[in-house]
Amino acid sequence: MSSSMLFNVTTLSYMVSMLIFFAFLATKNKNIGLAGSLAALFGFVVQTAAILLRWKESYDLGHGHAPLSNLYESVVFFSWTIILIYGLIELKYKYRVIGAFVVPFALLGMAWAQLGLNSGIEPLVPALQSNWLLYHVITCFLGYAAFAVACGISIMYLVKEKQEQSSGDAPAGGVFAMFPSVRILDDLNYRAIMIGFPLLTLGIVTGAAWANYAWGTYWSWDPKETWSLIVWFVYAAFLHARITRGWVGRRAAILSIIGFAATIFCYLGVNLFLSGLHSYGK
Amino acid sequence: MTTTKRGFAHTLWDFFCSLKLSISLLIGLATTSIIGTVIPQGSPPPEYLQTISQNKLQLYDKLGFFDMYHSWWFILLLYLLTVNLVACSIKRLPRVWKIIAEPTLVMDDGFEKSLSLTHEYKMPGDAATLRDKIAAFLKQEFAEPVTTESGGEYHLFAQKNPYCRLGVYVVHLSIIIIFIGALIGSFFGYKGFVNIVEGTSVSTAYTRTEKPIDLGFAVRCEKFSVSFYDTGAPKEFKSILTVLENGKPVPGYEKIPVIVNDPLSYKGITFYQSSYGPAGDGAVHHLSVRAKNGGAPVKLIARQGESVNLPGGGTMHVLESTQEVKSFIPEFSGPAAKIEVHAPNGQTQSFIVFRNYPDLDAQRGGDLIFNYDGADEKYYTGLQVAKDPGVWVVWLGCTLMVVGIMMAFFMSHKRLWIRVAAGRVTLGGTASKNPAGFQLVFDDLADKLKKM
Repeated sequence: MSSSMLFNVTTLSYMVSMLIFFAFLATKNKNIGLAGSLAALFGFVVQTAAILLRWKESYDLGHGHAPLSNLYESVVFFSWTIILIYGLIELKYKYRVIGAFVVPFALLGMAWAQLGLNSGIEPLVPALQSNWLLYHVITCFLGYAAFAVACGISIMYLVKEKQEQSSGDAPAGGVFAMFPSVRILDDLNYRAIMIGFPLLTLGIVTGAAWANYAWGTYWSWDPKETWSLIVWFVYAAFLHARITRGWVGRRAAILSIIGFAATIFCYLGVNLFLSGLHSYGK
Repeated sequence: MTTTKRGFAHTLWDFFCSLKLSISLLIGLATTSIIGTVIPQGSPPPEYLQTISQNKLQLYDKLGFFDMYHSWWFILLLYLLTVNLVACSIKRLPRVWKIIAEPTLVMDDGFEKSLSLTHEYKMPGDAATLRDKIAAFLKQEFAEPVTTESGGEYHLFAQKNPYCRLGVYVVHLSIIIIFIGALIGSFFGYKGFVNIVEGTSVSTAYTRTEKPIDLGFAVRCEKFSVSFYDTGAPKEFKSILTVLENGKPVPGYEKIPVIVNDPLSYKGITFYQSSYGPAGDGAVHHLSVRAKNGGAPVKLIARQGESVNLPGGGTMHVLESTQEVKSFIPEFSGPAAKIEVHAPNGQTQSFIVFRNYPDLDAQRGGDLIFNYDGADEKYYTGLQVAKDPGVWVVWLGCTLMVVGIMMAFFMSHKRLWIRVAAGRVTLGGTASKNPAGFQLVFDDLADKLKKM
């Protein structure tokens, strides 16, 4: 059994989970919702095993590094963290329907990694040979994942709000009946960002510490660094907006979506379109 | 006159205290920061200049877009943010401090109405006995209470995590500390580089603008080496360095290996492995050549580019060489050289010889068969040199920021008031965060109190 086979099982599980969640939206049957969560959980367990197996395979090949060193590995890890954060939020707040808007992000990541990216296990280039790699990548991606979940919730918020406005005071029907109220969605959005912001901060700080250790400058306005700061600014603005009148609800949801777009650009756009110190992420 | 002055100062103060300004500045910083990630910073590469017009170039230059993170307007935004967060903190901190230092000890009727969580029950017993029982209960289940007597009733007040209310201000302070650290670095530190040829030493580093910096000691590069993976990707760049004081090696700083991610520090100055290259004086190549139809091989020594006579007439010279050919020709590995041979009949041929594939050249079918035995080549190692006395201040700021964020996000100031009168107990509570979570705690406490 190889890790890449297990990753295929993972991708399939997330696809099944997403389809079940869509069926859940349509049928409002609680058992179907549970099945969606279980499919995602199964995928998550298989993916965890696959990541550990790939780690071991790297040692077998004589490279011996954590599977966090190139774009393929990071996309796989990103989708793992998305499911992890979604799972924690589901456990705590019991809103299963969020899965229908979050699992697709994880599926998209896995599908892209499996179909479009080079999955070879490469040895580490000198710049990455450091324990900081582990701390830096894990904190950053957990932060990114929390923002992905917040983005999914914000999309739900906008959809739900629009539906409520158009149907007036009538009780929400159809697909939207399953959604938590806009007030709860707004709160969940805030809570997801409360998880993501400290992690992003830690990610930036560990990145700065590493840069200082490896290059002698903790900050050099490299495009990746700058974009991580841009993301930090956007969510800092979001957090301050919470305590300002008129910035909760719709505007907060939009700010959260913009924040996630900036996150994705920081993660992928910088590597694909701009040049800089993180070019090994290609 | 004074009133208008005060009016203006007041307006200015209000402006700097406003959260709207904070949000605008944060979004403004986020938006403008994008410019520097799209336009190359520092001296823009010439090929980039071909893609923009002269007018645009002048405009960008005026706006400081080529070094935008140090441009006056970007720095101004950062200063405005600093003033903004200082002003906001000064305005709000005293109020928050009052809540912490002078808590409301007595829950009167008006205050009780302002609390979202309250509970009231009848309890037998006189007030003093109840007070003692409840005080013990609170100490065990929540926090030690403060008891106040007023109007024949006892008021108990207990709180948890009051200081987490300062979390936001800790974060604000941490940002200022990070800025101070950055300023210390820019005034008292420097960034530079040195290139040291193997076997030589240097005592001067150069900044990006070619300004010399006297290190106060010398660094010698004993050896530089680079190793590669089978794939041809670099595995390790290593310089062996020795620190010299007055020409003598410093004990403990002799022959220290420095690799990427493992620098050398001496007297607050740190050397980071950064680049390498061949030293200017050229490599000495070793080759051997023999005739196709047999005969003993003849050893040749050829300096880079230097013409060498061949046995049987003709000359050859080495055009270029590499320590690792894999990055150019993936099918081969090891050192290789491209050589040009001028036969006596005037014919010129150039081809590549590989050290790791000694018999390969026989397949070329020439009259002479060349073998490459490698080269003695001196390298220089390129080291980043950095001195930054502010870096510890920056780390202090970063630590404070993480601590402050944890305090602000994950801790909640929980307060409980209990009013004890003869036969009647009133419970009230509030939390600075997560009201739903606190309600569970509150209901649980109320339940236990009832059963007490």
